[in-house]
Amino acid sequence: MAPDRTVISRAPVRASVTSVASAAPGTITAAPSGEGDLAPDQTMSAYRLMVLSRTTDERCLSLQRQGRIGFYAPLLGQEAAQVGCALALKADDWMFPAYRELAVALTRGASLKSIIDQLIGSAADLTKGRQMPNHFGFADQHFVTASSPIGTQITQAVGAAMAAQRRKDPIVTVAFFGDGATSSNDFHAGLNFAGVFRTPTIFFCQNNQWAISLPREKQTRSKTLAEKAEAYGFGGVVVDGTDVHAVYRAVASARERAVRGDGPTLIEAQVYRLGPHSTSDDPKRYRTDEEVALWKQRDPLARLRNELVTAGLLDEATDAKIWEEARAQLASVLTAAESEPPMAPSSILDDVFAQPTPRLLEERRQLDAEPTPPGGGHG
Amino acid sequence: MAELTLVQAINRGLAEAMRADPDVLVLGEDVGVNGGVFRATEGLYKEFGESRVVDTPLSETGILGTAIGMALYGLKPVAEIQFLDFIYPAFDQIVSELAKFRYRSGGQFPCHVVVRAPYGGGIKGGLYHSQSTEAYFAHTPGLKVVIPSTPADAKGLLLSAIHDEDPVIFLEPKRIYRAVTGEVPDGDHRIPFGHARLVREGSDVSLVAYGAMVPPTVEAAEQLASEGIQAEVIDPRTLVPLDESAVVASVEKTGRAVIVHEAPRFGGFGGEIAAILAEKAFYSLKAPIVRVTGYDTPFPYALENVYLPNAEKIAAAARAAVRTG
Repeated sequence: MAPDRTVISRAPVRASVTSVASAAPGTITAAPSGEGDLAPDQTMSAYRLMVLSRTTDERCLSLQRQGRIGFYAPLLGQEAAQVGCALALKADDWMFPAYRELAVALTRGASLKSIIDQLIGSAADLTKGRQMPNHFGFADQHFVTASSPIGTQITQAVGAAMAAQRRKDPIVTVAFFGDGATSSNDFHAGLNFAGVFRTPTIFFCQNNQWAISLPREKQTRSKTLAEKAEAYGFGGVVVDGTDVHAVYRAVASARERAVRGDGPTLIEAQVYRLGPHSTSDDPKRYRTDEEVALWKQRDPLARLRNELVTAGLLDEATDAKIWEEARAQLASVLTAAESEPPMAPSSILDDVFAQPTPRLLEERRQLDAEPTPPGGGHG
Repeated sequence: MAELTLVQAINRGLAEAMRADPDVLVLGEDVGVNGGVFRATEGLYKEFGESRVVDTPLSETGILGTAIGMALYGLKPVAEIQFLDFIYPAFDQIVSELAKFRYRSGGQFPCHVVVRAPYGGGIKGGLYHSQSTEAYFAHTPGLKVVIPSTPADAKGLLLSAIHDEDPVIFLEPKRIYRAVTGEVPDGDHRIPFGHARLVREGSDVSLVAYGAMVPPTVEAAEQLASEGIQAEVIDPRTLVPLDESAVVASVEKTGRAVIVHEAPRFGGFGGEIAAILAEKAFYSLKAPIVRVTGYDTPFPYALENVYLPNAEKIAAAARAAVRTG
């Protein structure tokens, strides 16, 4: 692909909210800018969460390079989409995240310490060191533990919504996924079931333009990802995912419709993955610096900062303090997390089943009799 | 007690579980109005309505994915896959998600789904309505794998599956859905997992078989008895958890083992039983362990009689074992 074409075809969206092709009857147009925005204090909270998330992201990339965590998948550039979405949801709503939803977890109230514990895989990790970094989960927040296969959480979110319908609980379930997942089996199955059963589900697609090395236009011939909803019998909306208010409005109104019994919504939040897919990825192999530079001008964090400064809600001293506090919080959490003991070797056999089978008990006796091999922890 | 076929016993078990607990529901293709292509869910739609007997679109990954979501939310879904042969679009949901939810979340998100699927040959179904692929599931940590061979076991194991806390792959031997009848206890009759059934006692050779292979194995034992060979028949009933001690104890007594399944031999579940016997009963063995299984081919249509183990093949294997030592 010629670099110039890449830049043109991948130019950032300009309008803060764009409705899908106006001819599409299933399309929902989001509320115009200004109406239903986050209140000033909520906007400040959103900014703090975005700063904390950016600080964590940047630090984790370097922790991985230092060998202190095994892996990391940054959300750089997707903060506004995640925070805006999570702020529009209620405590009883259920999240079915993919593995890049750090800011959703923070906004839901997951503690930074428990997130860092998961990245390290220490004995304090709620998921007991079972999965590679980024695959955290918090039952208290209805934030379901993520997996690595792409799209599998989409049908699960629909199933949980069917269960909520059956129990007449006025909640929504939210499936988080990226542009790549729109090609997966479970995207089709999930949206199809959601349409048929009219479930209270929000399909929150963060279109970050790249699925590892594959650009959005090679993922599908569709003009937008949102318009796919129409074929399943419900509405889709495109929203500028770098605008925290636009995302908040879109999710809040999708939530309202869902709880009212008016069914699911597909939201395509257009963002850009400013970082690598993960610490194992080198994006220079497949995209140009020019393209990244173009999108960096629309960094959601800088955008919100400018807005707050213009509105007189933030000055430089306060901003510096917010960043300083985030760094200090992270440093202290990291120190605490790194002093947690490692997982006990015999814990490897827990949680396969509710109760261990005779075979697992036999394996425990074997394991207890063996010396622990070197190379434990995140290595 | 009632005299029921195996599929009627399953139907009875589902209805009783649904009456007892409003969180139990069934979902799958054609399970509602039609009562299932094998009639396993007959009458349930009428009694419990469409919110508890859910006719789904034709998508196995959709069935399993939504069942998992329901289970995470607190319901007790029983998903029907029309034929085990069609489960593969849901394989990712089963092995990557269902099997691993409890483990990967550190116990925060247990996920209890019962997956019912008719399996096995002998119904002229060819490659895609006949396979016996229990080993795929038994090989995946986190799944329990159950295969009944009698109506009473079918109901008792199904009720245990529905009351379990873990994912259960419940494989139903469709060839004997209606070919066997038997007394089935009324009410909440449960058979615990991990307890083999001693089908027939014997002292000369142990025949281990499950599901639709139990009737021909019993027939083989009867033939052998008329020849003076006393065969013991053991039905593990659950492959995971496996009642290893029952199989080992039997072979310690008889010194000979014949393992029967209709799945292909290579990598089949019989290999696991043989390995356990080699590890734990080696010094009791008087003859090599023998497996009587399907061939290492896809499942054929016209020649399924050639492919499937039968009483003659099982008896011949047992005779050979007895002759050896």
